[in-house]
Amino acid sequence: MSPTPRPSASSVDALEIDTAVVEELLCGFIHDEVHKVGFDSVVVGASGGVDSSLVVALACRALGAEHVYPVTMPYSTSSVQSEEDARAVCAQYGIEPEVENITDQIDAYFARHPDAGLTRRGNKMARERMTILYDRSMAHGSLVLGTSNKTELLLGYGTLFGDMASALNPIGDLYKTQVYAMGGALGLPERVLTKAPTADLWTGQSDEEELGLRYAIVDVVLFRLIDERRSRAEVVAMGFEAALVDDVMRRVRASQYKRRPPVIAKVSARTIDRDFRYPRDWGR
Amino acid sequence: MIVQQRETVAAPDVADVAAEADAFVAAVAQVAPRLGDVAANLERHLEIIAQAAGAGANIVVFPELSLTGYFLKDLVPDVALRIDSDEISRLAEACRDIDAVIGCVLETDDTRFHNASVYLSGGRVTRVHAKVYLPTYGIFDEQRYLAAGDRFRAFDLTTPGTNSRWRAGMLVCEDMWHPSAVSLLARQGVDVFLVPSASPGRGVLRGAALGTAHSYDAMTRTYAQLFTAYVVYCNRVGYEDGIAFWGGSRVVGPDGATVIEPAGADETIVYQRLEKTALRRARIAYPLLRDERHDVTDAETERILRRRTRD
Repeated sequence: MSPTPRPSASSVDALEIDTAVVEELLCGFIHDEVHKVGFDSVVVGASGGVDSSLVVALACRALGAEHVYPVTMPYSTSSVQSEEDARAVCAQYGIEPEVENITDQIDAYFARHPDAGLTRRGNKMARERMTILYDRSMAHGSLVLGTSNKTELLLGYGTLFGDMASALNPIGDLYKTQVYAMGGALGLPERVLTKAPTADLWTGQSDEEELGLRYAIVDVVLFRLIDERRSRAEVVAMGFEAALVDDVMRRVRASQYKRRPPVIAKVSARTIDRDFRYPRDWGR
Repeated sequence: MIVQQRETVAAPDVADVAAEADAFVAAVAQVAPRLGDVAANLERHLEIIAQAAGAGANIVVFPELSLTGYFLKDLVPDVALRIDSDEISRLAEACRDIDAVIGCVLETDDTRFHNASVYLSGGRVTRVHAKVYLPTYGIFDEQRYLAAGDRFRAFDLTTPGTNSRWRAGMLVCEDMWHPSAVSLLARQGVDVFLVPSASPGRGVLRGAALGTAHSYDAMTRTYAQLFTAYVVYCNRVGYEDGIAFWGGSRVVGPDGATVIEPAGADETIVYQRLEKTALRRARIAYPLLRDERHDVTDAETERILRRRTRD
Protein backbone atom coordinates (compact mmCIF):
# COMPACT_ATOMS: atom_id res chain seq x y z
CA MET A 1 0.00 0.00 0.00
CA SER A 2 1.20 3.49 -0.75
CA PRO A 3 1.46 5.97 2.08
CA THR A 4 -1.43 8.33 2.40
CA PRO A 5 -0.52 11.78 1.13
CA ARG A 6 -1.70 14.99 2.75
CA PRO A 7 -5.48 15.20 2.73
CA SER A 8 -5.62 18.26 0.47
CA ALA A 9 -3.71 16.44 -2.24
CA SER A 10 -5.44 13.11 -2.12
CA SER A 11 -8.84 14.67 -1.83
CA VAL A 12 -11.25 12.78 -4.02
CA ASP A 13 -13.31 15.98 -4.11
CA ALA A 14 -11.38 16.75 -7.28
CA LEU A 15 -13.13 13.79 -8.88
CA GLU A 16 -16.62 14.83 -7.88
CA ILE A 17 -19.01 14.69 -10.80
CA ASP A 18 -22.51 15.88 -11.39
CA THR A 19 -24.08 12.43 -11.52
CA ALA A 20 -27.30 13.64 -13.14
CA VAL A 21 -25.39 15.25 -16.01
CA VAL A 22 -23.23 12.15 -16.45
CA GLU A 23 -26.26 9.85 -16.40
CA GLU A 24 -27.92 11.92 -19.11
CA LEU A 25 -24.73 11.94 -21.16
CA LEU A 26 -24.12 8.19 -20.85
CA CYS A 27 -27.73 7.10 -21.40
CA GLY A 28 -27.85 9.37 -24.44
CA PHE A 29 -24.59 7.84 -25.65
CA ILE A 30 -25.90 4.27 -25.32
CA HIS A 31 -29.23 5.06 -26.93
CA ASP A 32 -27.76 7.07 -29.79
CA GLU A 33 -24.77 4.89 -30.65
CA VAL A 34 -26.78 1.64 -30.45
CA HIS A 35 -29.74 2.86 -32.48
CA LYS A 36 -27.89 4.68 -35.20
CA VAL A 37 -26.03 1.54 -36.26
CA GLY A 38 -29.34 -0.30 -36.56
CA PHE A 39 -29.51 -2.13 -33.22
CA ASP A 40 -31.85 -1.74 -30.27
CA SER A 41 -30.37 -4.03 -27.63
CA VAL A 42 -27.11 -4.79 -25.84
CA VAL A 43 -25.28 -7.67 -24.17
CA VAL A 44 -23.37 -6.99 -20.95
CA GLY A 45 -21.13 -9.33 -18.99
CA ALA A 46 -22.53 -8.96 -15.47
CA SER A 47 -20.01 -9.95 -12.82
CA GLY A 48 -21.73 -8.45 -9.81
CA GLY A 49 -18.97 -5.85 -9.54
CA VAL A 50 -19.62 -2.14 -9.55
CA ASP A 51 -18.43 -1.51 -13.13
CA SER A 52 -20.63 -4.02 -14.91
CA SER A 53 -23.51 -3.31 -12.51
CA LEU A 54 -23.38 0.36 -13.44
CA VAL A 55 -23.34 -0.52 -17.14
CA VAL A 56 -26.38 -2.81 -16.71
CA ALA A 57 -28.23 -0.01 -14.89
CA LEU A 58 -27.33 2.62 -17.49
CA ALA A 59 -28.30 0.32 -20.35
CA CYS A 60 -31.68 -0.49 -18.75
CA ARG A 61 -32.36 3.21 -18.30
CA ALA A 62 -31.23 4.07 -21.83
CA LEU A 63 -32.86 1.26 -23.79
CA GLY A 64 -35.45 -0.28 -21.48
CA ALA A 65 -34.63 -3.42 -19.49
CA GLU A 66 -36.24 -5.65 -22.13
CA HIS A 67 -33.45 -4.61 -24.49
CA VAL A 68 -30.63 -5.55 -22.12
CA TYR A 69 -29.15 -9.07 -21.96
CA PRO A 70 -26.86 -9.49 -18.96
CA VAL A 71 -24.72 -12.62 -18.98
CA THR A 72 -23.05 -14.04 -15.88
CA MET A 73 -20.14 -16.36 -16.63
CA PRO A 74 -18.86 -18.04 -13.48
CA TYR A 75 -15.87 -20.38 -13.27
CA SER A 76 -15.78 -23.11 -10.65
CA THR A 77 -13.74 -20.94 -8.27
CA SER A 78 -15.87 -17.81 -8.78
CA SER A 79 -17.45 -16.46 -5.65
CA VAL A 80 -21.11 -17.48 -5.34
CA GLN A 81 -21.72 -14.01 -3.97
CA SER A 82 -20.63 -12.48 -7.31
CA GLU A 83 -23.46 -14.22 -9.16
CA GLU A 84 -25.94 -13.27 -6.45
CA ASP A 85 -24.88 -9.63 -6.69
CA ALA A 86 -25.27 -9.70 -10.47
CA ARG A 87 -28.77 -11.13 -10.00
CA ALA A 88 -29.62 -8.43 -7.46
CA VAL A 89 -28.69 -5.66 -9.90
CA CYS A 90 -30.69 -7.25 -12.72
CA ALA A 91 -33.65 -7.79 -10.36
CA GLN A 92 -33.76 -4.04 -9.76
CA TYR A 93 -34.77 -3.73 -13.40
CA GLY A 94 -36.96 -6.84 -13.48
CA ILE A 95 -34.58 -8.97 -15.54
CA GLU A 96 -32.47 -12.08 -14.95
CA PRO A 97 -28.98 -12.72 -16.22
CA GLU A 98 -28.27 -15.64 -18.51
CA VAL A 99 -25.75 -17.92 -16.82
CA GLU A 100 -22.94 -19.45 -18.88
CA ASN A 101 -20.55 -21.49 -16.76
CA ILE A 102 -17.07 -21.49 -18.34
CA THR A 103 -15.51 -24.21 -16.16
CA ASP A 104 -15.64 -27.03 -18.71
CA GLN A 105 -13.86 -25.29 -21.55
CA ILE A 106 -11.30 -23.59 -19.31
CA ASP A 107 -10.42 -26.82 -17.51
CA ALA A 108 -10.27 -28.76 -20.81
CA TYR A 109 -7.75 -26.27 -22.17
CA PHE A 110 -5.57 -26.09 -19.09
CA ALA A 111 -5.58 -29.89 -18.71
CA ARG A 112 -3.21 -29.69 -21.70
CA HIS A 113 -1.24 -26.79 -20.14
CA PRO A 114 -0.99 -27.65 -16.46
CA ASP A 115 2.03 -25.37 -16.01
CA ALA A 116 -0.02 -22.21 -16.66
CA GLY A 117 0.07 -19.70 -13.83
CA LEU A 118 -2.68 -17.51 -12.46
CA THR A 119 -2.23 -14.67 -14.95
CA ARG A 120 -2.47 -16.96 -17.97
CA ARG A 121 -5.51 -18.66 -16.50
CA GLY A 122 -7.09 -15.31 -15.68
CA ASN A 123 -6.46 -13.95 -19.16
CA LYS A 124 -7.88 -17.08 -20.76
CA MET A 125 -11.02 -16.78 -18.66
CA ALA A 126 -11.44 -13.11 -19.56
CA ARG A 127 -11.09 -13.93 -23.27
CA GLU A 128 -13.38 -16.93 -23.00
CA ARG A 129 -16.03 -14.70 -21.47
CA MET A 130 -15.66 -12.16 -24.25
CA THR A 131 -16.10 -14.81 -26.97
CA ILE A 132 -19.32 -15.80 -25.20
CA LEU A 133 -20.52 -12.21 -25.07
CA TYR A 134 -19.87 -11.78 -28.79
CA ASP A 135 -21.69 -15.05 -29.49
CA ARG A 136 -24.64 -13.92 -27.36
CA SER A 137 -24.63 -10.59 -29.18
CA MET A 138 -24.95 -12.44 -32.48
CA ALA A 139 -27.73 -14.61 -31.09
CA HIS A 140 -29.67 -11.59 -29.80
CA GLY A 141 -28.79 -9.20 -32.61
CA SER A 142 -27.20 -6.93 -30.02
CA LEU A 143 -24.04 -4.95 -29.39
CA VAL A 144 -21.58 -5.77 -26.60
CA LEU A 145 -21.20 -3.01 -24.03
CA GLY A 146 -17.79 -2.61 -22.43
CA THR A 147 -17.28 -2.36 -18.69
CA SER A 148 -13.66 -1.15 -18.37
CA ASN A 149 -13.29 2.06 -16.37
CA LYS A 150 -10.74 4.81 -16.97
CA THR A 151 -8.49 3.75 -14.08
CA GLU A 152 -8.14 0.19 -15.41
CA LEU A 153 -7.68 1.38 -18.98
CA LEU A 154 -4.95 3.84 -18.00
CA LEU A 155 -3.10 1.41 -15.74
CA GLY A 156 -3.48 -1.42 -18.23
CA TYR A 157 -5.23 -3.49 -15.60
CA GLY A 158 -7.31 -5.55 -17.98
CA THR A 159 -7.01 -8.34 -20.53
CA LEU A 160 -6.50 -7.25 -24.12
CA PHE A 161 -9.29 -8.73 -26.31
CA GLY A 162 -10.82 -10.03 -23.07
CA ASP A 163 -12.65 -7.71 -20.71
CA MET A 164 -11.16 -4.73 -22.59
CA ALA A 165 -13.10 -5.65 -25.76
CA SER A 166 -16.49 -4.18 -26.63
CA ALA A 167 -18.49 -2.41 -29.30
CA LEU A 168 -19.21 0.58 -27.07
CA ASN A 169 -17.88 1.48 -23.66
CA PRO A 170 -20.05 3.90 -21.67
CA ILE A 171 -17.79 4.06 -18.58
CA GLY A 172 -14.30 4.20 -20.08
CA ASP A 173 -13.97 7.90 -19.24
CA LEU A 174 -14.96 7.48 -15.56
CA TYR A 175 -12.38 6.78 -12.88
CA LYS A 176 -13.19 3.96 -10.45
CA THR A 177 -14.09 6.51 -7.76
CA GLN A 178 -16.53 8.11 -10.18
CA VAL A 179 -18.01 4.72 -11.09
CA TYR A 180 -18.83 4.30 -7.39
CA ALA A 181 -20.40 7.78 -7.30
CA MET A 182 -22.55 6.90 -10.30
CA GLY A 183 -23.45 3.53 -8.79
CA GLY A 184 -24.58 5.26 -5.63
CA ALA A 185 -26.62 7.82 -7.55
CA LEU A 186 -28.33 5.07 -9.56
CA GLY A 187 -29.14 3.12 -6.41
CA LEU A 188 -27.10 -0.03 -7.02
CA PRO A 189 -27.40 -2.64 -4.22
CA GLU A 190 -25.40 -1.73 -1.12
CA ARG A 191 -23.21 -4.86 -1.34
CA VAL A 192 -22.11 -3.98 -4.86
CA LEU A 193 -21.03 -0.56 -3.63
CA THR A 194 -19.23 -1.72 -0.49
CA LYS A 195 -17.43 -4.98 -1.31
CA ALA A 196 -13.74 -4.94 -2.22
CA PRO A 197 -13.20 -4.62 -5.97
CA THR A 198 -12.02 -7.86 -7.58
CA ALA A 199 -11.62 -9.34 -11.04
CA ASP A 200 -12.66 -12.63 -9.34
CA LEU A 201 -10.36 -14.62 -11.62
CA TRP A 202 -9.14 -16.65 -8.66
CA THR A 203 -10.26 -17.08 -5.09
CA GLY A 204 -9.52 -14.10 -2.89
CA GLN A 205 -8.20 -11.90 -5.72
CA SER A 206 -8.28 -8.18 -4.88
CA ASP A 207 -7.70 -5.37 -7.40
CA GLU A 208 -6.02 -3.09 -4.91
CA GLU A 209 -3.70 -5.77 -3.51
CA GLU A 210 -2.74 -6.97 -6.96
CA LEU A 211 -2.10 -3.42 -8.18
CA GLY A 212 -0.46 -2.39 -4.92
CA LEU A 213 -2.44 0.82 -5.24
CA ARG A 214 -5.54 2.23 -3.67
CA TYR A 215 -8.17 3.52 -6.11
CA ALA A 216 -8.98 6.51 -3.91
CA ILE A 217 -5.39 7.71 -4.30
CA VAL A 218 -4.38 6.46 -7.73
CA ASP A 219 -7.51 8.02 -9.25
CA VAL A 220 -6.49 11.43 -7.97
CA VAL A 221 -2.91 11.01 -9.23
CA LEU A 222 -4.20 10.01 -12.66
CA PHE A 223 -6.65 12.92 -12.64
CA ARG A 224 -3.90 15.43 -11.79
CA LEU A 225 -1.51 14.03 -14.42
CA ILE A 226 -3.93 13.37 -17.23
CA ASP A 227 -7.09 15.42 -16.93
CA GLU A 228 -5.36 18.46 -15.46
CA ARG A 229 -2.13 17.94 -17.48
CA ARG A 230 0.03 18.63 -14.41
CA SER A 231 3.72 17.72 -14.51
CA ARG A 232 5.30 15.07 -12.30
CA ALA A 233 6.89 17.84 -10.22
CA GLU A 234 3.57 19.61 -9.71
CA VAL A 235 1.86 16.42 -8.58
CA VAL A 236 4.67 15.57 -6.19
CA ALA A 237 4.49 19.14 -4.85
CA MET A 238 0.81 18.52 -4.13
CA GLY A 239 1.84 15.93 -1.57
CA PHE A 240 1.94 12.64 -3.46
CA GLU A 241 4.91 10.33 -2.98
CA ALA A 242 7.34 10.61 -5.88
CA ALA A 243 7.62 6.80 -6.07
CA LEU A 244 3.86 6.47 -6.39
CA VAL A 245 3.66 9.12 -9.12
CA ASP A 246 6.52 7.44 -11.00
CA ASP A 247 4.85 4.05 -10.68
CA VAL A 248 1.59 5.39 -12.06
CA MET A 249 3.34 7.13 -14.97
CA ARG A 250 5.30 3.98 -15.76
CA ARG A 251 2.14 1.86 -15.84
CA VAL A 252 0.37 4.32 -18.13
CA ARG A 253 3.31 4.34 -20.57
CA ALA A 254 3.84 0.58 -20.43
CA SER A 255 0.19 -0.17 -21.22
CA GLN A 256 -0.23 2.34 -24.05
CA TYR A 257 -0.31 -0.53 -26.60
CA LYS A 258 -3.41 -1.90 -24.92
CA ARG A 259 -5.35 1.26 -25.67
CA ARG A 260 -4.49 1.36 -29.37
CA PRO A 261 -5.55 -0.82 -32.33
CA PRO A 262 -2.79 -3.20 -33.49
CA VAL A 263 0.04 -1.47 -35.36
CA ILE A 264 -0.10 -1.90 -39.13
CA ALA A 265 3.13 -1.92 -41.15
CA LYS A 266 2.91 0.94 -43.64
CA VAL A 267 3.38 -0.08 -47.24
CA SER A 268 0.84 1.76 -49.35
CA ALA A 269 0.06 5.44 -49.91
CA ARG A 270 -2.92 5.21 -47.63
CA THR A 271 -2.89 3.10 -44.51
CA ILE A 272 -5.80 2.41 -42.20
CA ASP A 273 -5.81 4.83 -39.26
CA ARG A 274 -2.63 6.64 -40.37
CA ASP A 275 -3.68 8.51 -43.48
CA PHE A 276 -7.03 6.80 -44.04
CA ARG A 277 -9.01 8.54 -41.31
CA TYR A 278 -12.74 8.24 -41.23
CA PRO A 279 -15.03 8.62 -38.24
CA ARG A 280 -16.52 5.44 -36.87
CA ASP A 281 -19.99 6.97 -37.21
CA TRP A 282 -19.41 7.46 -40.95
CA GLY A 283 -22.81 8.10 -42.55
CA ARG A 284 -24.69 7.56 -39.25
CA MET B 1 -32.16 12.33 -22.02
CA ILE B 2 -30.14 13.11 -25.08
CA VAL B 3 -32.12 11.33 -27.72
CA GLN B 4 -32.61 12.15 -31.35
CA GLN B 5 -36.25 12.99 -31.49
CA ARG B 6 -37.72 13.98 -34.75
CA GLU B 7 -40.56 16.12 -33.45
CA THR B 8 -40.05 19.80 -32.95
CA VAL B 9 -41.73 22.09 -30.46
CA ALA B 10 -44.76 24.00 -31.52
CA ALA B 11 -44.13 27.55 -32.64
CA PRO B 12 -45.45 30.32 -30.43
CA ASP B 13 -47.97 32.74 -31.78
CA VAL B 14 -45.59 34.75 -33.88
CA ALA B 15 -47.41 34.86 -37.19
CA ASP B 16 -48.26 38.55 -36.98
CA VAL B 17 -44.78 39.63 -36.04
CA ALA B 18 -43.56 39.91 -39.58
CA ALA B 19 -45.92 42.78 -40.13
CA GLU B 20 -44.29 44.79 -37.36
CA ALA B 21 -41.63 47.06 -38.71
CA ASP B 22 -39.11 46.90 -35.91
CA ALA B 23 -38.96 43.23 -35.10
CA PHE B 24 -38.31 39.87 -36.64
CA VAL B 25 -38.63 36.30 -35.51
CA ALA B 26 -35.60 34.00 -35.47
CA ALA B 27 -36.04 30.24 -35.47
CA VAL B 28 -33.07 28.39 -33.97
CA ALA B 29 -32.97 24.88 -35.43
CA GLN B 30 -31.15 22.72 -32.89
CA VAL B 31 -30.73 19.54 -34.90
CA ALA B 32 -28.52 16.42 -34.97
CA PRO B 33 -27.08 16.10 -38.49
CA ARG B 34 -26.18 12.66 -39.81
CA LEU B 35 -22.42 12.41 -40.16
CA GLY B 36 -21.41 12.55 -43.81
CA ASP B 37 -24.95 12.12 -45.18
CA VAL B 38 -25.58 15.35 -47.09
CA ALA B 39 -28.66 14.02 -48.89
CA ALA B 40 -30.47 13.12 -45.67
CA ASN B 41 -29.45 16.36 -43.99
CA LEU B 42 -30.56 18.39 -46.99
CA GLU B 43 -34.08 16.90 -46.81
CA ARG B 44 -34.20 17.66 -43.11
CA HIS B 45 -33.18 21.28 -43.78
CA LEU B 46 -35.96 21.67 -46.34
CA GLU B 47 -38.53 20.32 -43.88
CA ILE B 48 -37.39 22.65 -41.11
CA ILE B 49 -37.18 25.69 -43.37
CA ALA B 50 -40.79 25.06 -44.44
CA GLN B 51 -41.87 24.46 -40.88
CA ALA B 52 -40.20 27.62 -39.58
CA ALA B 53 -41.61 29.69 -42.42
CA GLY B 54 -45.06 28.26 -41.70
CA ALA B 55 -44.68 29.22 -38.07
CA GLY B 56 -44.00 32.83 -39.02
CA ALA B 57 -40.24 32.97 -38.56
CA ASN B 58 -38.26 35.41 -40.70
CA ILE B 59 -34.89 33.69 -40.29
CA VAL B 60 -33.95 30.12 -39.43
CA VAL B 61 -30.43 29.47 -38.11
CA PHE B 62 -28.91 25.98 -38.37
CA PRO B 63 -25.82 24.76 -36.48
CA GLU B 64 -22.24 24.65 -37.75
CA LEU B 65 -21.75 22.07 -40.55
CA SER B 66 -25.47 21.32 -40.41
CA LEU B 67 -25.43 19.68 -43.86
CA THR B 68 -22.54 17.35 -43.07
CA GLY B 69 -21.97 16.69 -39.37
CA TYR B 70 -18.83 17.77 -37.55
CA PHE B 71 -16.06 15.17 -37.00
CA LEU B 72 -15.64 14.54 -40.71
CA LYS B 73 -11.91 13.82 -40.95
CA ASP B 74 -11.22 12.37 -44.42
CA LEU B 75 -14.88 12.80 -45.34
CA VAL B 76 -14.29 16.53 -45.88
CA PRO B 77 -13.65 16.33 -49.66
CA ASP B 78 -16.45 13.78 -50.06
CA VAL B 79 -19.13 16.01 -48.53
CA ALA B 80 -17.84 19.36 -49.82
CA LEU B 81 -20.19 21.45 -51.94
CA ARG B 82 -19.50 24.20 -54.40
CA ILE B 83 -21.44 27.40 -53.91
CA ASP B 84 -23.26 26.78 -57.21
CA SER B 85 -24.08 23.16 -56.37
CA ASP B 86 -27.56 21.71 -56.79
CA GLU B 87 -27.79 21.20 -53.03
CA ILE B 88 -27.18 24.87 -52.19
CA SER B 89 -29.48 25.91 -55.04
CA ARG B 90 -32.29 23.76 -53.67
CA LEU B 91 -31.85 25.30 -50.23
CA ALA B 92 -31.75 28.82 -51.67
CA GLU B 93 -34.86 28.12 -53.67
CA ALA B 94 -36.63 27.17 -50.41
CA CYS B 95 -35.64 30.54 -48.95
CA ARG B 96 -38.03 32.92 -50.59
CA ASP B 97 -40.39 33.65 -47.70
CA ILE B 98 -37.75 33.11 -45.04
CA ASP B 99 -33.97 33.53 -44.73
CA ALA B 100 -31.68 30.76 -43.53
CA VAL B 101 -28.16 30.32 -42.21
CA ILE B 102 -26.88 26.85 -43.06
CA GLY B 103 -23.54 25.19 -42.40
CA CYS B 104 -21.55 23.20 -44.93
CA VAL B 105 -18.08 22.44 -46.29
CA LEU B 106 -17.54 24.81 -49.22
CA GLU B 107 -15.02 23.91 -51.89
CA THR B 108 -13.28 26.73 -53.74
CA ASP B 109 -12.02 26.72 -57.33
CA ASP B 110 -8.49 26.10 -56.07
CA THR B 111 -9.59 23.10 -53.98
CA ARG B 112 -9.70 24.62 -50.55
CA PHE B 113 -12.32 23.44 -48.15
CA HIS B 114 -13.95 25.97 -45.84
CA ASN B 115 -16.08 25.38 -42.79
CA ALA B 116 -18.71 27.84 -43.99
CA SER B 117 -21.91 29.48 -42.90
CA VAL B 118 -24.03 30.39 -45.88
CA TYR B 119 -26.75 33.04 -45.70
CA LEU B 120 -29.67 32.35 -48.01
CA SER B 121 -32.27 34.99 -48.84
CA GLY B 122 -34.67 35.76 -51.67
CA GLY B 123 -33.91 32.48 -53.44
CA ARG B 124 -30.14 32.98 -53.55
CA VAL B 125 -26.91 32.99 -51.58
CA THR B 126 -26.32 36.48 -50.26
CA ARG B 127 -23.40 35.95 -47.86
CA VAL B 128 -20.76 33.39 -47.03
CA HIS B 129 -18.65 33.41 -43.89
CA ALA B 130 -15.70 31.02 -43.89
CA LYS B 131 -14.74 30.15 -40.32
CA VAL B 132 -11.53 32.00 -39.49
CA TYR B 133 -10.50 30.25 -36.29
CA LEU B 134 -10.19 26.52 -36.94
CA PRO B 135 -9.56 24.80 -33.60
CA THR B 136 -6.73 22.28 -33.77
CA TYR B 137 -6.11 21.14 -30.24
CA GLY B 138 -7.60 18.69 -27.76
CA ILE B 139 -10.37 16.83 -29.60
CA PHE B 140 -10.28 19.24 -32.55
CA ASP B 141 -8.41 18.72 -35.80
CA GLU B 142 -9.89 21.30 -38.17
CA GLN B 143 -6.70 22.75 -39.65
CA ARG B 144 -5.65 19.33 -40.82
CA TYR B 145 -8.63 19.16 -43.15
CA LEU B 146 -9.92 22.71 -43.66
CA ALA B 147 -8.75 26.09 -44.92
CA ALA B 148 -9.27 29.15 -42.73
CA GLY B 149 -11.28 32.18 -43.80
CA ASP B 150 -9.71 35.62 -43.56
CA ARG B 151 -12.45 38.15 -42.87
CA PHE B 152 -15.29 39.21 -40.64
CA ARG B 153 -17.83 41.26 -42.56
CA ALA B 154 -21.16 42.57 -41.32
CA PHE B 155 -24.10 42.75 -43.68
CA ASP B 156 -27.65 44.09 -43.88
CA LEU B 157 -30.35 41.57 -43.27
CA THR B 158 -32.68 41.34 -46.20
CA THR B 159 -35.26 39.43 -44.25
CA PRO B 160 -38.53 39.20 -46.13
CA GLY B 161 -41.68 40.27 -44.36
CA THR B 162 -40.05 42.88 -42.18
CA ASN B 163 -39.18 46.44 -42.97
CA SER B 164 -36.73 46.89 -40.15
CA ARG B 165 -33.07 47.48 -40.87
CA TRP B 166 -30.75 45.14 -39.04
CA ARG B 167 -27.03 44.63 -39.35
CA ALA B 168 -25.89 41.09 -38.85
CA GLY B 169 -22.57 39.28 -38.49
CA MET B 170 -21.84 35.57 -38.59
CA LEU B 171 -19.38 33.84 -36.27
CA VAL B 172 -18.87 30.08 -36.45
CA CYS B 173 -18.30 28.47 -33.05
CA GLU B 174 -14.55 28.92 -32.32
CA ASP B 175 -14.65 32.37 -33.97
CA MET B 176 -16.51 33.51 -30.88
CA TRP B 177 -13.63 32.45 -28.61
CA HIS B 178 -11.69 35.37 -30.10
CA PRO B 179 -13.02 38.72 -28.85
CA SER B 180 -11.25 40.52 -31.70
CA ALA B 181 -13.59 38.79 -34.15
CA VAL B 182 -16.68 39.88 -32.26
CA SER B 183 -15.24 43.37 -31.86
CA LEU B 184 -14.54 43.70 -35.58
CA LEU B 185 -18.12 42.85 -36.39
CA ALA B 186 -19.45 45.17 -33.68
CA ARG B 187 -17.42 48.01 -35.17
CA GLN B 188 -19.36 47.46 -38.39
CA GLY B 189 -22.58 48.16 -36.53
CA VAL B 190 -23.88 44.70 -35.82
CA ASP B 191 -27.30 44.40 -34.17
CA VAL B 192 -27.42 40.63 -34.17
CA PHE B 193 -24.63 38.05 -34.05
CA LEU B 194 -25.64 34.81 -35.75
CA VAL B 195 -23.55 32.03 -34.21
CA PRO B 196 -23.85 28.49 -35.60
CA SER B 197 -21.95 26.02 -33.42
CA ALA B 198 -21.00 22.36 -33.03
CA SER B 199 -19.73 22.40 -29.48
CA PRO B 200 -18.89 19.01 -27.99
CA GLY B 201 -19.78 18.63 -24.33
CA ARG B 202 -16.90 17.86 -22.03
CA GLY B 203 -15.92 18.47 -18.45
CA VAL B 204 -18.44 17.08 -15.99
CA LEU B 205 -16.55 17.81 -12.79
CA ARG B 206 -18.33 19.83 -10.13
CA GLY B 207 -21.02 22.35 -10.81
CA ALA B 208 -24.40 21.90 -12.36
CA ALA B 209 -23.61 21.69 -16.05
CA LEU B 210 -20.98 20.79 -18.59
CA GLY B 211 -17.84 22.89 -18.54
CA THR B 212 -18.31 23.85 -22.17
CA ALA B 213 -21.89 24.94 -21.53
CA HIS B 214 -20.61 27.27 -18.81
CA SER B 215 -18.10 28.78 -21.24
CA TYR B 216 -20.71 29.47 -23.89
CA ASP B 217 -23.11 30.83 -21.31
CA ALA B 218 -20.46 33.32 -20.23
CA MET B 219 -19.45 34.25 -23.77
CA THR B 220 -22.90 34.75 -25.23
CA ARG B 221 -24.01 36.90 -22.29
CA THR B 222 -20.81 38.92 -22.18
CA TYR B 223 -20.70 39.69 -25.88
CA ALA B 224 -24.40 40.56 -25.98
CA GLN B 225 -23.96 42.97 -23.10
CA LEU B 226 -20.62 44.53 -24.11
CA PHE B 227 -21.66 45.03 -27.73
CA THR B 228 -25.30 45.77 -26.87
CA ALA B 229 -26.53 43.41 -29.55
CA TYR B 230 -28.51 40.20 -29.81
CA VAL B 231 -26.66 36.89 -29.90
CA VAL B 232 -28.46 34.04 -31.64
CA TYR B 233 -26.56 30.90 -30.65
CA CYS B 234 -27.46 27.64 -32.38
CA ASN B 235 -25.59 24.59 -31.13
CA ARG B 236 -26.21 21.10 -32.46
CA VAL B 237 -27.17 17.98 -30.54
CA GLY B 238 -26.57 14.24 -31.02
CA TYR B 239 -23.42 12.09 -30.76
CA GLU B 240 -20.51 11.47 -33.10
CA ASP B 241 -18.06 8.70 -32.21
CA GLY B 242 -19.11 8.88 -28.57
CA ILE B 243 -18.84 12.66 -28.29
CA ALA B 244 -22.02 14.48 -27.29
CA PHE B 245 -23.02 17.87 -28.60
CA TRP B 246 -24.82 19.59 -25.77
CA GLY B 247 -27.30 21.86 -27.54
CA GLY B 248 -28.36 24.66 -25.23
CA SER B 249 -29.20 26.97 -28.14
CA ARG B 250 -30.43 30.35 -27.01
CA VAL B 251 -31.01 33.96 -27.86
CA VAL B 252 -29.38 36.50 -25.58
CA GLY B 253 -30.73 40.05 -25.52
CA PRO B 254 -28.67 43.26 -25.86
CA ASP B 255 -28.72 43.71 -22.08
CA GLY B 256 -26.90 40.38 -21.63
CA ALA B 257 -29.94 38.56 -20.31
CA THR B 258 -30.99 35.34 -21.94
CA VAL B 259 -34.36 36.12 -23.48
CA ILE B 260 -35.29 32.48 -23.76
CA GLU B 261 -34.08 29.63 -21.62
CA PRO B 262 -31.37 27.63 -23.36
CA ALA B 263 -32.83 24.67 -25.19
CA GLY B 264 -31.95 21.26 -23.71
CA ALA B 265 -30.07 18.50 -25.48
CA ASP B 266 -32.87 17.24 -27.73
CA GLU B 267 -33.68 18.21 -31.28
CA THR B 268 -35.95 21.22 -31.17
CA ILE B 269 -36.76 24.50 -32.87
CA VAL B 270 -36.71 27.57 -30.64
CA TYR B 271 -38.51 30.70 -31.79
CA GLN B 272 -37.61 34.14 -30.54
CA ARG B 273 -38.72 37.60 -31.52
CA LEU B 274 -35.97 40.21 -31.74
CA GLU B 275 -36.95 43.85 -31.27
CA LYS B 276 -35.26 47.06 -32.26
CA THR B 277 -36.74 48.73 -29.17
CA ALA B 278 -34.72 46.35 -26.95
CA LEU B 279 -31.53 47.39 -28.76
CA ARG B 280 -32.46 51.03 -28.28
CA ARG B 281 -33.15 50.62 -24.57
CA ALA B 282 -29.89 48.75 -24.00
CA ARG B 283 -27.86 51.35 -25.91
CA ILE B 284 -29.45 54.22 -23.97
CA ALA B 285 -28.73 52.46 -20.66
CA TYR B 286 -25.21 51.46 -21.73
CA PRO B 287 -23.92 53.71 -24.56
CA LEU B 288 -20.84 51.55 -24.96
CA LEU B 289 -20.84 51.59 -28.74
CA ARG B 290 -21.15 55.40 -28.76
CA ASP B 291 -18.23 55.70 -26.34
CA GLU B 292 -15.97 53.18 -28.04
CA ARG B 293 -12.62 54.85 -28.86
CA HIS B 294 -11.80 53.35 -32.24
CA ASP B 295 -9.28 56.16 -32.73
CA VAL B 296 -7.35 54.94 -29.69
CA THR B 297 -7.50 51.34 -30.92
CA ASP B 298 -6.28 52.40 -34.37
CA ALA B 299 -3.47 54.60 -33.05
CA GLU B 300 -2.27 51.94 -30.67
CA THR B 301 -2.47 49.25 -33.33
CA GLU B 302 -0.41 51.43 -35.67
CA ARG B 303 2.15 52.04 -32.96
CA ILE B 304 2.41 48.29 -32.30
CA LEU B 305 2.79 47.63 -36.02
CA ARG B 306 5.48 50.29 -36.36
CA ARG B 307 7.39 48.88 -33.43
CA ARG B 308 7.14 45.42 -34.91
CA THR B 309 8.50 46.74 -38.22
CA ARG B 310 11.52 48.24 -36.39
CA ASP B 311 12.22 44.86 -34.77
